Order: sequence, then C-alpha cells, then structure tokens
Amino acid sequence: MSVPRFWRELDTRYNLIGSYCKITKTYHYPRRSFNPEAGRESIDSMKDYQFKGTGEVVSSTVVHQAQTGYEMFGPYCIAIIKLDEGPKITTQIVDCEPEHVKPGMKVKSVFRKLGEDSESGILHYGTKFILNEPEEAINSNDEDISNIEV
Amino acid sequence: MREVSVIGVGITKFGELWDKSLRQLGLETGLAAIKDAGITSKDIDALYIGNMAAGSTLQQEHVSALMADYCGLAAQNIPATRVEAASASGGLAIRQAYMAIAGGFIDIAVVGGAEKMTDVSDSESSYTVSMGSDEQWESKAGATFASLHAMIAQSHMHEYGTTREEMSAVSEKNHYHASMNPMAQFPFAISTEAVSNSGMVSSPLRMLDCAPNSDGAAAIVLCATEKAKKYKKKAVKIIGSGQASDTLSLHHRKKLNQMPAIKIAAKRAFKSCGKKPSDLDLVEIHDNFTISEIIALEEIGIFKRGKAASRILKGDTKLGGKIPVNTSGGLKARGHAPGATGIAQIIELVQQLRGEAGERQVKGAKIGMAENHGGTAATAVVHILEGE
Repeated sequence: MSVPRFWRELDTRYNLIGSYCKITKTYHYPRRSFNPEAGRESIDSMKDYQFKGTGEVVSSTVVHQAQTGYEMFGPYCIAIIKLDEGPKITTQIVDCEPEHVKPGMKVKSVFRKLGEDSESGILHYGTKFILNEPEEAINSNDEDISNIEV
Repeated sequence: MREVSVIGVGITKFGELWDKSLRQLGLETGLAAIKDAGITSKDIDALYIGNMAAGSTLQQEHVSALMADYCGLAAQNIPATRVEAASASGGLAIRQAYMAIAGGFIDIAVVGGAEKMTDVSDSESSYTVSMGSDEQWESKAGATFASLHAMIAQSHMHEYGTTREEMSAVSEKNHYHASMNPMAQFPFAISTEAVSNSGMVSSPLRMLDCAPNSDGAAAIVLCATEKAKKYKKKAVKIIGSGQASDTLSLHHRKKLNQMPAIKIAAKRAFKSCGKKPSDLDLVEIHDNFTISEIIALEEIGIFKRGKAASRILKGDTKLGGKIPVNTSGGLKARGHAPGATGIAQIIELVQQLRGEAGERQVKGAKIGMAENHGGTAATAVVHILEGE
C-alpha cells in the first residue's frame, strides 16, 4: 500500500480512533466525518473517539488459503467482532488456536504488525485482537512480534 | 417507457483461455451476438461493456474504447461505455443499455462482458476479486473474499441450522446442470461427498463451494421491442429490471446471513412487471459460493428464510424440480468471469425461453430471472425475462 494511503489512517489503525455522533449518540469505526443515519446535520457533530478495544466475536473463520501478505500466518482466524460501543469490524484474532474462536467469545485489542510492502519497504502496523482469556501464548518466543496492548 | 427485447446472444466457453486476449474474446462474442440477431454493425447505436478488473489484471483501463475499436466500431465513432460494479458489472451494463433503450435515446445496443482472470497468478486473481469488498478495512485486515462468505455461511448455519450436506447439494446440482452445457468450464457431475471432502479454503467453505476465477466473454443485442420484429422471430422481452446497493463492508450490515440488496433489487424488478416469485419458471443465481445461492433464493422470496437449503437438498431446484436454478451450471460450474457473468446468465435465460437449451431445457419455460451481485452483495442487479 502506498505510504500516504496508510499514513492518513495511522490513528484509526494504531489507536482504534473512530467517531462519535453527538446527534444519534452512536459510535462509528473507521472514522467518518458524516453519519449516514443522521444525514447532513451530523457533519459538524462527529468527534473523534478512541474505542476501548473490547468486544465479542460475531462470526469467525479459519483461513487456509491466505490473503496476499498474510501467507506467513496461515492458517489464521479472521473474525467479525462487535466492539462494546456498538460498531462491528473485521479483524484477525491471534495468539490462540484459530479453530477455538467461537461466536460470543470476548476479545480485546493488541497492537501488531500487519505486514510489509517488501523486504526493504515500509512495515504496516495496526490493531488485531486476542481472546480475553488467552490460551498459552503461541508467539511468546517470536521477537519480531510486538505485544503492546492499546 | 418502451419495451426492450434481447434479439441476439453470443458466448465463449469459460475457463483458462490462455491463447485468447480480452479484445479477442470481446470480438468473438460480439460478432456471434450480432450474427444471431441478424443485424450489421451499422445498426448498432451504442456499446456497453461490463468489465471488473482489466486495470488490475491487464494494466488496461478504457476497455470501452478498446472493445469498440477491436470490434470494428471505431470508424463509426460509436458511443462506448464501460460499467464496473465488481462481479455485477455485466448485469449492470445490461441495465444501463436497457434504460437507454427504454428511455428512447437509442434503439439498439450491444452489451458485452469480458474478463481475463488467468493471465495472473491465483493469488493475484484472488486479491483482485476481493477488491469488490472494502480493500482498506476487510482485505487489508487479512480477510479473503472466501473468508467473508465463510462468515456469512457460519452465521447462516448458526441461525438456521444449515448443514454441510445442504451446501454441497448446491454445487452438486450446478455441476449436474453444467454436464449438459457444452460452454461450461466444468461440464461434469460431482457428488455431494466430493464437495464435502474437498480441501478447506476458509472454514466452513471448501474448494468445491467456491466458483472459479475464469476467463470468458458474453454478449447480447438489446433492441426496442417495437423494432425487434424486423430482426428476430424469437425475441425475448426484458419485462423487469431492478438494482440496489448496500454497505460495501460485510461488517457494517445488521445481519451477516442476509443480503438485503438482492431482496430490494428483486422487489423492484418484480414491481416493474407486476410478477411474483411463484411466476418464475427458472432462475439464474449468482452462486459465487454455495451459501450465496442459498441466501439469494431466500432474499428473492422463492423460499422462506432458512428453508432454501433443505429444498435444494431435496432436489426442488434441479432440472425437472419445482423451480430449476442455474441450469447453465451457475458460476460454480459454467465458470465465473466477473464482467461476463451477468451477461452469461441472461444468455442462459434467452436460450431457455427460446426453447433452444437442448438437453437442459426447462419444459415450457416462459418467465426467467437472473440475479447478479458484486462483492458481498453491495450491488445487486436483477432482471426478469419473458419468452414469446
């Protein structure tokens, strides 16, 4: 991905910054300057909001044929999770056996490497999720993987 | 508004067509369609091209002018328009031409769809297909196109008890139909066990739940019905057309196991001709994954929500059953060349409604529907056709 394209979403990706609409009192992720439910009135009523990074699994799958750039993870778990504030997002769930992830499980966010453009290209970081009650950490010996909770 | 008829069709075999370029495929089907219609290039008022991915797979945009040029229409400076809505590009191109003719702007249009998916590696073509979803917030998070449909399937199984065997029955049925379609990419039958035991792609979806990424092209000639008599004895009328959109990302939908854009597009198409689901004699469905066919049949209203899968397993959607679905073999077995798929569906309906479908003919077919969607149904296009 081009540098500016990733750079302008850094806050959203690194810190789970989305938007809060003061009119409908609802939360949105990723960041929006306009809430479709509230219409044009919402344009000046959206403020940045940092999500707590907690939520639960709505649906999940174990990906055996990996997405481009994710080949090193396979098989891995992709899930749609519902954040406690309301919005749903698509994310990877890590540090567990991917088959163990089930709807209703509680998850929390972690800061992780997403991928890299090439060996000499820029690295992409962002948010992934782990189970609230983690299994034995699979990647604890891998020094390349940071493990900073947001 | 004027009535619009399909007066000519042309299609290539779908598959790995390594010896043929996009422009060659477009030319072959375009010529076949105008020959079938009995018109000449001078009769054509406009060209509409359905193409999803030439920019990604061939580094070629401006496919409309390319096609017009290589089909010999540049000399007459024909208006040529490319339409893109991921895998719904073909269906949507038809709708644009339909509206232009119905609105009285033109009398005759050729609508062609063409796609080259196998000039690039499997991983590149898979990524290209996932561009029909939200590249930034789905694909870049590691979600493949199959994985999004896997979550749709998981949600459907969870809520309605849809089973592995029922999903396999979709593929088994479509392959059975394709075994009677000489233009199909996979013209052979497979068993439900073979589907259930094929390699895992993204749980619960297995390889034989997924449509291929194919090369292929298809073209039709649309004509104002009032002028159609002059060209073709067996014109097939487009009596209904509907289109709808939805959130681009699956995760922004209220329910993961529904595709409301299909429901609304179908409703609009039914409304435009005063028909209802029980009036349909056959249906072509966008079965990019087995679960999509199950959900689409529920959205259109052919079966109640949660009931389609068991009816498919029972054989109700097989040739000779209550309502044959995907007699062409569908995306799964006829093949799926995104820009051409929506047009190939219409061609199957036309052949059926003309009574020219050979071995796979639905007896007495009079009214058929085609449902074509893009991404995880963020665009849906539905057409209803009636034979004479």
